[in-house]
Amino acid sequence: MKKVELINFQKSYDQRTQVLKGIDVIIEPGEFFVLVGPSGCGKSTMLRMIAGLESISGGDLFLGDKKANHLTPSQRDLSMVFQNYALYPHLTVEENITFGLHVKKIFKKEQKMRCEEAGEMLGLTDYMKRKPKELSGGQRQRVALARAIVTHAPLCLMDEPLSNLDAKLRARMRSEIRQIQRKLGLTMIYVTHDQTEAMTMADRMMILNGGEVQQIGKPMDIYNEPKNTFVASFMGAPPMNLIHAKVKGSSLVVDEQWLIPMSESIRAAAQLNEVTIGVRPEHIQLANDDEPGFVVVVSNVEVLGTETLITFNIGDKKQWIARWSGQWNLRIEQPLRIFIEDQHLCLFDAQTGGKLDGSQDSSFLNKEWITI
Amino acid sequence: MNLAQREPSPFKTYDEPERRRWMSSPFLAGMLFLLPSLVLFGVFLFYPMMRTIYLSLYLIDTQGEPLVFVGVENFINLFQSSSFQTSAKATGLFVLYTVPIGLILALVLALLANEKVKGIGFFRTMFSSTMGMSVAASSVIWMFMYNPSIGIMNRLLSGIGMSEVQWLLDPQFALMSVAAATIWMNTGFTFLILLGGLQNIDQQLYESARVAGVSDWYKLRKITLPMLSPTLFFVTVVSLINSFQTFGQIDILTKGGPMESTNVIVYSIYKDAFINYNVGSASAQAVLLFFCILIVTVLQFKLTERKVHYQ
Amino acid sequence: MSLTKKIVTYTLLASFTLIMMFPILYAFLISFMQGGEVLQGKLWPESFSFDNYISAFEKVPLLTYLLNSLIVSTVIMIGVLAVSSLAAFAFVFINFKGRDILFYLFISTMMIPWEAAMVPNFQTVQALGWLNSYAGLTIPFFALAFGTFLLRQQFKTIPHELYEASQVSGISRFRFFYKIALPVSKTSMVTLGIYSFLTAWNMYLWPLLVTNNEAVRTVQIGLKQMQSQEISTEWGVVMAGVVIVILPTLVLLFLGQKRLQEGLTQGAIK
Repeated sequence: MKKVELINFQKSYDQRTQVLKGIDVIIEPGEFFVLVGPSGCGKSTMLRMIAGLESISGGDLFLGDKKANHLTPSQRDLSMVFQNYALYPHLTVEENITFGLHVKKIFKKEQKMRCEEAGEMLGLTDYMKRKPKELSGGQRQRVALARAIVTHAPLCLMDEPLSNLDAKLRARMRSEIRQIQRKLGLTMIYVTHDQTEAMTMADRMMILNGGEVQQIGKPMDIYNEPKNTFVASFMGAPPMNLIHAKVKGSSLVVDEQWLIPMSESIRAAAQLNEVTIGVRPEHIQLANDDEPGFVVVVSNVEVLGTETLITFNIGDKKQWIARWSGQWNLRIEQPLRIFIEDQHLCLFDAQTGGKLDGSQDSSFLNKEWITI
Repeated sequence: MNLAQREPSPFKTYDEPERRRWMSSPFLAGMLFLLPSLVLFGVFLFYPMMRTIYLSLYLIDTQGEPLVFVGVENFINLFQSSSFQTSAKATGLFVLYTVPIGLILALVLALLANEKVKGIGFFRTMFSSTMGMSVAASSVIWMFMYNPSIGIMNRLLSGIGMSEVQWLLDPQFALMSVAAATIWMNTGFTFLILLGGLQNIDQQLYESARVAGVSDWYKLRKITLPMLSPTLFFVTVVSLINSFQTFGQIDILTKGGPMESTNVIVYSIYKDAFINYNVGSASAQAVLLFFCILIVTVLQFKLTERKVHYQ
Repeated sequence: MSLTKKIVTYTLLASFTLIMMFPILYAFLISFMQGGEVLQGKLWPESFSFDNYISAFEKVPLLTYLLNSLIVSTVIMIGVLAVSSLAAFAFVFINFKGRDILFYLFISTMMIPWEAAMVPNFQTVQALGWLNSYAGLTIPFFALAFGTFLLRQQFKTIPHELYEASQVSGISRFRFFYKIALPVSKTSMVTLGIYSFLTAWNMYLWPLLVTNNEAVRTVQIGLKQMQSQEISTEWGVVMAGVVIVILPTLVLLFLGQKRLQEGLTQGAIK
């Protein structure tokens, strides 16, 4: 177990292009910390800087309590799993797992013991004498994991380790990696572009975009309280539904069609002419007769077995998706009257995308949606 | 602005003496790995090339030591000497005789050997066999084949009722005879590279052509040759350079004769330097050879960028 | 493929094979002939006797020459492999200032015809006291731009993560080089090995310049010596010498033809 601390962590190439713009975070010992973001957001760069594979342009890196900015990768006492596993093709599984252990002054006997232990943990015992090319994708992945485990390094870095596996295997390896991490008490920094992976595995996660931290927190907090529209649309599948609205007097107007009355106090605090409204798909309900709602037209239906995704047009250009549990047999073009509880509406600044405080608190909204 | 204040000073802030092996001095490591090559190139290529240029500007004694700086006099003497003119002409003709025919022959062989028929591996090996033949061995064989009284060439001629030819002793025929032998010697190498180029062509292109139902000739012109053009270009340049550098077959077959008709440039350099002890003249010729090849390679780089089709 | 096309293809293949192989077969047949048969201009020997081979070994120290050639070629092969692979490794795996300039320097070596530099080279080797020595015959040929390019192409196919993984485990550059990069590139190393061995075995001009005694003379020069001594009389013996000289390289070529072809294409065209 080891604490990892980044202070104003920066990366720039040729002194100009800023890849990482001053990142501050403390990763607690034994924590499973996920870095997530779209490709090119700087998450892999950040991981490689922690590993020592890329130089640090500015700021500090502390591993444990030791400043590590200029330590070589091997001096940082960490292990790393690569996206393509980085297995040495001419060495057997066993040799791959123990390769490099001699550098850490581990005797042959101990090497063998650790190798067997790791192999057993990952179900590789029968494959020890094989070469990587004789293994399936999942087995190769396990060898890469075993290689990280045998070093007994307290910090493990993983760079999209599951992206080369098929969906089924990925789901299984997710839980396997998580279990091993818990069992060994590793501090894990895990990079992925897959929000499902991030949601299901992380103790805490950091969402990065354009080299800047968007939000750090526990998966559920991030899901429920996205700090801005980027996080809102990045986390969750399907993503949060967003739409522009104009503030007109005491109401929000969506596409000149729907009018949402808004309480006076919040409008005064916000001082905005335009906002973005966000709603999670599962929070769009079919309106009961006694509930106020508005009518939309169904444009696509995907029945997934336990739930159904309904796409409908809102406004002239936008499409929203609702997620209802159960199987719904709806016609295309069928009109639906939908309803959103006030507590599930998120309001964002239309310009900056930042969340408007208190928007989760529904008191500023009047209860009724009125269709113009 | 907050960010401006926190602007990093990336290369000054950290001066801890922690820089070590990996991240530390890639320059030193890189140089260490390159050192053997650099030293060898320096001693046995760059230095002697410079030295050749230097010597070409001096009057040299028979020990090879420069005596007096004479500027371009060696070159002027060279251009005025009929011997050099003959040599330049012989070299030019030799290149002209060997390169185009050699390329066409190798291309035909490569196209044939690229057919997917049974036992093609055997034919490929046969066609490439001259690559394993040394210049000396090949030249000795051809010398015997050209032997006026017992060689196969004259026996073939007399077989079809023509008069015998002094292949290597007649100034009219000597250069052509050596060229023919040279073409044969170089075919193996050229063939191997062209065959490799052919096999690198995406088979799907041919499959789609087959679906379209075009003729073999059309396929050759519209798919094979354009796709092969980088390889063809490369072997052209290599053949040109090789042709300029011909030595062994001349030394064994004709020794530059008869009447200097086969005295190509490298043989001429060799003779001037090591037989006539005229290092100044040899160096001047070497400099000219260098520029000839420089032009060919520079042209290669220029043209590869533009004309040749790469995938 | 239609039958006509097949017949045409095979006919062409066979006739070109005959043309290409004729000189080699011819030499082979002559090497078994008695002196009289050769002079009559026969194509097929009356009997296959090895007399010419025996006298070839008796007339010139062919065995010494063969051994010399073997030593020289092997040393050059090892030298080329070592020097080229080190350079190629630096170009692929070490990112240092000036790397591009050095790479252009390597390319530029291909523009210098070796023959243009041979006079000063001879003087250098003479000054070093390397005339008539293995050192003089081999060391100038260790650095090979082509070999560096070929292995550079190969090393580029090694995933960079392998290198990074070994950085994380703390393996030194050199250990990564000989424990991972070289074994993984076995095929290309073999190709380059065959290529450099062939070229070294067939080298002619340089051994002619730097050897003038039998102790280190290579087999190619031996052949020239044989041919100029025996010329008019004993062609059978000369041809026996030729066959002995070409046999090792032909066998090597036949074994490695496919590999060589792939390697040459790879190194030549990016």
